[in-house]
Amino acid sequence: MKQNLYNYILGIADNSLILGQRLGELTGHGPSLETDIACTNISLDLFGQVRSYFQYAAKIAGDDRTEDDIAMLRKEREYVNVLLVEQPNTNFAYTMARQFLFDVYHLLFLQELEKSKDLTLSAIATKSIKEVSYHERFSGDWIKRLGDGTEESKTKMQDAIDGLWTYTDELFHQTEADKAMVAEGIGVDVTKLKETYYKKVNEILEEATLEIPESKWFQKGGKEGVHTEHLGYLLAELQYMQRAYPNMEW
Amino acid sequence: MSDKKNWPLWEIFVRSKNGLEHRHFGSLHAADAEMALENARDVYTRRNEGVSIWVVESKNITASNPEHNGEMFEPAQDKVYRHPTFYDLPDEVKHM
Amino acid sequence: MSEEQIKNLEAQFEARIARDEKIEPKDWMPEKYRKTHIRQMSQHAHSEIVGMLPEGNWITRAPSLRRKVALLAKVQDEAGHGLYLYSACETLGISRDELYEQLHSGKAKYSSIFNYPTVTWADMGAVGWLVDGAAIINQVPLCNTSYGPYARAMVRVCKEESFHQRQGFEIMMKLANGTPEQKELAQDALNRWWWPSLMMLGPTDAESIHTEQSMKWKLKRKSNDDLRQQFIDQTVPQAELIGLTIPDPDLKWNDERQSYDFGAIDWDEFWQVVKGHGPMNKERMKARVGAWEEGEWVRDAAMAHAEKKQARKQKQAI
Repeated sequence: MKQNLYNYILGIADNSLILGQRLGELTGHGPSLETDIACTNISLDLFGQVRSYFQYAAKIAGDDRTEDDIAMLRKEREYVNVLLVEQPNTNFAYTMARQFLFDVYHLLFLQELEKSKDLTLSAIATKSIKEVSYHERFSGDWIKRLGDGTEESKTKMQDAIDGLWTYTDELFHQTEADKAMVAEGIGVDVTKLKETYYKKVNEILEEATLEIPESKWFQKGGKEGVHTEHLGYLLAELQYMQRAYPNMEW
Repeated sequence: MSDKKNWPLWEIFVRSKNGLEHRHFGSLHAADAEMALENARDVYTRRNEGVSIWVVESKNITASNPEHNGEMFEPAQDKVYRHPTFYDLPDEVKHM
Repeated sequence: MSEEQIKNLEAQFEARIARDEKIEPKDWMPEKYRKTHIRQMSQHAHSEIVGMLPEGNWITRAPSLRRKVALLAKVQDEAGHGLYLYSACETLGISRDELYEQLHSGKAKYSSIFNYPTVTWADMGAVGWLVDGAAIINQVPLCNTSYGPYARAMVRVCKEESFHQRQGFEIMMKLANGTPEQKELAQDALNRWWWPSLMMLGPTDAESIHTEQSMKWKLKRKSNDDLRQQFIDQTVPQAELIGLTIPDPDLKWNDERQSYDFGAIDWDEFWQVVKGHGPMNKERMKARVGAWEEGEWVRDAAMAHAEKKQARKQKQAI
């Protein structure tokens, strides 16, 4: 099996999986019915992407593993999503800030992935770009609303941006699989996205009258499977059925 | 809080496909027009129902009063000469 | 208006409905019509959004990605349905906030079936199959109800609802055809949801208070007992098809009536749950009130932002 390609796909898909799961927690608990529906839509887009990626990964693996095995039957250290997406829904400001900080990256990433020599990945990227462009606009609008809303919302949004900022740098770290795939013309060189990313993010933050955090200390580890404590609980729910009732079809 | 302002109500019009007119689909709440458009997209076109959306804040719609329906609409009822069937033509004229 | 004038208007109004004409928001209507509609539509809307909770409970734990997206989409639809119905209600001059207030204070009711817990994954199957099944039986006739906005909302709801029941039945079918452990899950869920589903169609005709007036206004087309019989007759063969047993020893086909006879329903339990003593009443309200209160600063901020933006636009125009 093409191990590097397989690992590379997990690196992309795990982000959508974990973020989709986080958004799914909120269904039924949103600040308004309309917002609830919108966040669920984003979650559905992300899970749709996850399925495309994992179905492809399962094919590459070439054994009898399924998309669900890949999604739900790995151990904590085998999930390679970035730390950002696993952060909890502390409040709606955190949820939107997490979304926004990921969306800006996600869109830049997909626009490059579309050029991949791997036609399946390129096709998934083409489809996802439309979805993620919308996500970015949606979350960006909320950053502006909450940043430039009331005093209370500004404080909360600033707090969320400050709290999550430390997880942004990891988005641009390269794994071994990354390097190998970039060399083959399949993968995206994420280091090259960094400048544009912070430029776009900072523009929106400024428009939202928020302070751009000055912290230069960044957390990392997600891409190597070393996560924050939050992930274990998320996985406990995600995997519950597959663990409690192994080897069954649903 | 007494000065509480709730998200206003918006009326949503959707064009199902090009060639068709926008049709009233329903309403929803949103803080501003952009949000109304976004919400309308997720609420009313989740199943591929539209290619274009109009949103209008409900308070900006002026509606005719049903109590005036008599004077508004009934005078049009007997103006049969506005309809093609009012005019007698010989059967030999097939398409007109 | 004199009493006689009102009587006259009422007679005309009833005649319009009898002729199958639709009533639209700005039309004159008797106060009782308005109130009854607000009550029924809002109750219906509340049921949709409270109904999101027992199913939302399993979104993060759905056993496969396919099941997860289906469940997400279903619960999302319920939010949509609540929204359509609240909007229909608002055409009668009451705001969504007021309606929420009625729900949160316990003044307004919602379908009491949602006060039962969803304890296993099989409950997602049972709820879709039975609860949505019973709901559809109730809802389809409402597509033709006399109040235009309600009828239009129901057309949309029914169209979208059609995948919900199939989604639930598919879950049950898969379980029933699965391992013995899975089949047990399915049977257990059926055992727990069967009787509450029958109760969901409302008290027996003898005890139902609003029926006659509601029939006239086409808010109701069939009696509760008739709906219940219809539900049982259509569901029993479905259970048989997938090899599950309806938990009613008195259930028997009656050749003469061409319908199933069934056992006595525990109405005491029904009224207890309606009165707030169901297993989940408090949690459901806590979740709704919690979401609303925690969302307040978000809604306020969005409003404040919209006003600032508007003000900036106006300033620019000058």
